Amino acid sequence: MDTLLQQLLNGLVVGSVYALVALGYTMVYGILGLINFAHGEVLMVGALTALTVITTLMGVSPDMPPLLLLGIGLLAAMVVCMIVAFLMERLAYRKLRNAPRLAPLITAIGVSFLLQTLAMIVWGRNYHTFPQLISTTPMQPIEGVYINPIQITTIVASAIIMVGLVLLVTRTKLGRAMRATAENHRVASLMGVDVNKIISLTFVLGAALAAVAGVLFASNYGIAHYAMGFMPGLKAFTAAVLGGIGNLGGAMLGGIVLGLVEAVGAGYIEHLTFGFLNSSYQDIFAFVILGIVLIFRPTGLLGERVSDRA
Amino acid sequence: MIKLLEARNVGKRFGGLTALSEVSLTINKGEVYGLIGPNGAGKTTFFNVLTGAYIPDDGEFVFNGIELPVGKPHLVVEAGIARTFQNIRLFSQMSALENVMAGHHIRTKANIWGILTQNKHTREEERLTTERAYELLKYVGIERFADTICKNLSYGDQRRLEIARALATEPQLLALDEPAAGMNATETSQLKVLIEQIRRDGVTVLLIEHDVKLVMGLCDRLSVLDFGKKIAEDVPAVVQKNEAVINAYLGGGKHE
Repeated sequence: MDTLLQQLLNGLVVGSVYALVALGYTMVYGILGLINFAHGEVLMVGALTALTVITTLMGVSPDMPPLLLLGIGLLAAMVVCMIVAFLMERLAYRKLRNAPRLAPLITAIGVSFLLQTLAMIVWGRNYHTFPQLISTTPMQPIEGVYINPIQITTIVASAIIMVGLVLLVTRTKLGRAMRATAENHRVASLMGVDVNKIISLTFVLGAALAAVAGVLFASNYGIAHYAMGFMPGLKAFTAAVLGGIGNLGGAMLGGIVLGLVEAVGAGYIEHLTFGFLNSSYQDIFAFVILGIVLIFRPTGLLGERVSDRA
Repeated sequence: MIKLLEARNVGKRFGGLTALSEVSLTINKGEVYGLIGPNGAGKTTFFNVLTGAYIPDDGEFVFNGIELPVGKPHLVVEAGIARTFQNIRLFSQMSALENVMAGHHIRTKANIWGILTQNKHTREEERLTTERAYELLKYVGIERFADTICKNLSYGDQRRLEIARALATEPQLLALDEPAAGMNATETSQLKVLIEQIRRDGVTVLLIEHDVKLVMGLCDRLSVLDFGKKIAEDVPAVVQKNEAVINAYLGGGKHE
């Protein structure tokens, strides 16, 4: 029972990070019909930018309070990621907006390689220790179940951001313009919406979420490197498909469900396979789920209810 | 008479097909101007070129003395031209109110920071947008459906909603693409009342319409297009007697 509770908690933590990244996939898909495979790399750029900023600041003024450090690092990561995403859309995708779907898809994979390679040149091929500025000392709220402050931060921060995003999309003129653009670019522009601006904004918003996810991810594991965006990116894509791509609620649900399934699966995989596979095979679950969803419910758990598109 | 819109030698070709050729016309402030012609005459193409959805091959539009931007629909809306569609194109998953509010987008000033911080100006602007949207729904007579997802509205109400959404952009020229298409006699006569009201409220109307009775009853002046060319322009009574027009509609004469 303790194992189950513990794994559910771990799953919730990693699931919230997936959800944040999945939102970026789903927003871009909703508005452009494009799977932006480079989105995972944005997370990586965010984590590494924060790393550089934080370690530099630590060198300059060692007395800075850790939360301030993290805050500045996060802010820098968000700004850099937003610029990267803006350029990505402007330079790589915009010209291909009316091209056959395969062209932007392949371009996205190319952008992903490009960002990874650039990151390798800038930050090197080594694993970096990411400073854990929020304590990782486990607490034990229930006997046998551990949780640490960074995990709590991850869950709370993700929840706040997701609520904020939903409010933005459902309650503001920007959200209205995004939904209008998602439904029909041409009509939206004929009704006075600057479609290019809204699409840029969608990329930039998604990138800001990915930056937060990257910093949280690196803070949880204490590690950052140039290829760290690949796996969470792929998992978040799976989460977005699982929830119903194009659907905000679906991305959140998909992320959490995927995190939970993966964590619980990892906790029991040894028992289930009689010791043949251990918990390092936890990635199996994400992709088995992706396979099952694509076969039996290609529109995802919440379908493609277009009303939630953004 | 103050000129509002002037089309100068506008031409548009699709491959070998000439959809519009040397169309020039002038719409004065405050009038209801009709654009009629047989199917395929180029009426909707004219709308698309005017509103920036298509880029014209020749000619230009002058609106309020300023040349209209080409290929940038949202700037045309900003300049003061709004349109409706022959086949309804609402944001079908949004409520009626949200559709109208979306139309008001270009007239609002709040930027991303204002929206993220929800400052006083943004909240005030959003409140005014909502208020204005309710007024417009009332204006076209569908305020009771404000919260209805608009794909669930009846056909006639959807047409009214499109007009409300277009009016939300605060246009000086409202371009209606076959607003009476598919309407029964009662709905058409209600539409006529609405268009007259819109004109009285100071909005110039450009009307594409097949319903000849409606056009003749409503329009101050009208142009007739045939095979992409303007073949007549005058007050309805004169156009009705124009031989080229009669031939175009009845298929006689020069095109045989």
